[in-house]
Amino acid sequence: MMCEQCGNRTATVHFTEIVQGEKNEFHLCETCAKEKGYAAYQFMTGAFSVNQLLSGLMNLDPAVKQRAGSSQTRCESCGLTFSQFSQIGRFGCAHCYEAFAPGLNPMLKKIQSSNQHVGKVPKRQGGTIAYRRELTRLRQELQTRIQQEQFEEAARLRDQIRELETRVME
Amino acid sequence: MSLEDYLAQNSATWLKDDGPESDIVISSRVRIARNLRGRIFPMLATDQDKQEILEAAARAAKHSALSKLGPFELFAMRDLSEVDQQVLIEKHLISPGLIESSGGAVLLRPDEEVSIMVNEEDHLRIQCLLPGYQLETTYRLADQLDDGLEEMIDYAFDEEKGYLTACPTNVGTGMRASIMMHLPVLVLTGHINRILTAVTHVGLAVRGIYGEGSDALGNLFQISNQITLGQTEQEIIGNLHGVARQLINHERTARQHLLQTNRVLLEDRVCRSFGILAYARQIDSKEALSRLSDVRLGIDLGIIRGVSAGILKELMVATQPGSLQKAAGQTMTPEERDVRRAALIRDRLRADPSSSLQ
Repeated sequence: MMCEQCGNRTATVHFTEIVQGEKNEFHLCETCAKEKGYAAYQFMTGAFSVNQLLSGLMNLDPAVKQRAGSSQTRCESCGLTFSQFSQIGRFGCAHCYEAFAPGLNPMLKKIQSSNQHVGKVPKRQGGTIAYRRELTRLRQELQTRIQQEQFEEAARLRDQIRELETRVME
Repeated sequence: MSLEDYLAQNSATWLKDDGPESDIVISSRVRIARNLRGRIFPMLATDQDKQEILEAAARAAKHSALSKLGPFELFAMRDLSEVDQQVLIEKHLISPGLIESSGGAVLLRPDEEVSIMVNEEDHLRIQCLLPGYQLETTYRLADQLDDGLEEMIDYAFDEEKGYLTACPTNVGTGMRASIMMHLPVLVLTGHINRILTAVTHVGLAVRGIYGEGSDALGNLFQISNQITLGQTEQEIIGNLHGVARQLINHERTARQHLLQTNRVLLEDRVCRSFGILAYARQIDSKEALSRLSDVRLGIDLGIIRGVSAGILKELMVATQPGSLQKAAGQTMTPEERDVRRAALIRDRLRADPSSSLQ
């Protein structure tokens, strides 16, 4: 697609502008977009980075701001403050996740698909975590089987759960 | 093996070998971020802290199950010249971030399929890079390396948040899986923009390897997962797999369609680029990349015979500033590099004995 403005260069900047309910689509080349100085384009280029995106999310969203409490909340382990974190977009240490949890959780939901890890668990150190996850899964399956009146299968699951429970206890 | 061997042009498997689906997929990469428990992240760590991290990593490389996946050699960034650092970046073995961080180092395996960065943004970044389309194999390798390290290292891990990383965009699995693809005809027909937008809707990110959007130089794109929390490693790889398969099919169909409907246009473009590369006396890296992309397409479609298909990835690395200067054994101005680049490409084309146009 060619630029709607100059018609010479390929359109690489595509965006939709909505002004008072009226929708307009734009397809421009980089040069024309720059000349036009569209705010959206300014936002997209320049020193745009993950950090800005993060601090943008935290500063714009009243829910995050409110829950984060004071921006002077400080991680007692590394000394980083929440406001420093929102500027840099990086944590100083693992404890920051706990220290900044109230502000962090709503943000994580936005940038990630959820705020609950379901992936790999460290083999040695994870210990019973993997077993406990498996237990949750088995218990859910047991409920489904009972509802479906598949009692033979349910009995097998029940035994499996018992065995796993004893292992976790140990 | 000495550092010089690692810096040699064709020491890396991903540059040397083809791998599956190599007409479209250049390489598969998996990177896993890990941090040590109870340790300040590199951004705020003192030199002493970083030295201790480095020692822990080196110890694990020698004495854990990791040693069976080795051998590994450790290179501290401060011991490397600027050109040498540049070459490692151009070969995709380290990130630019590793150089910026003081106390950065890398553990390298001779086949350069594995590199473990130490004291980058996170304490450890395990990276596996294989030629062609082999995402699962790449992940399995990274997973084994991770298990090996964990035998001797306590990771910062939280049951709810997963592996804790310096940046919240990596928390959870800490994994970024990506594939590098050559998509010249999807760019030529303009379909790429629509596809790229669609891809971002399913939690994946696409970027040009050199340059952005449809201006991606050399028509090279990297597709990777954006989400690291709330999906398992297998789900992430599966998503990427699904999208990559579609892209491969789209590009192949588009190539055949273009060949049938507009053969002359395609041949003209490919042959002009071949002519320029075979005879130019100076060429900048931007033009070199786009001409190399055309030539590679010509090879894939049988328009150019006798030139090895590996020429694109080989030269896309070898014609970068760092690699050029390394090969020349001296620092060069951009103008000098353009002359040297043209000479290198001419020589490379003549190195294949029977190169000819169909």
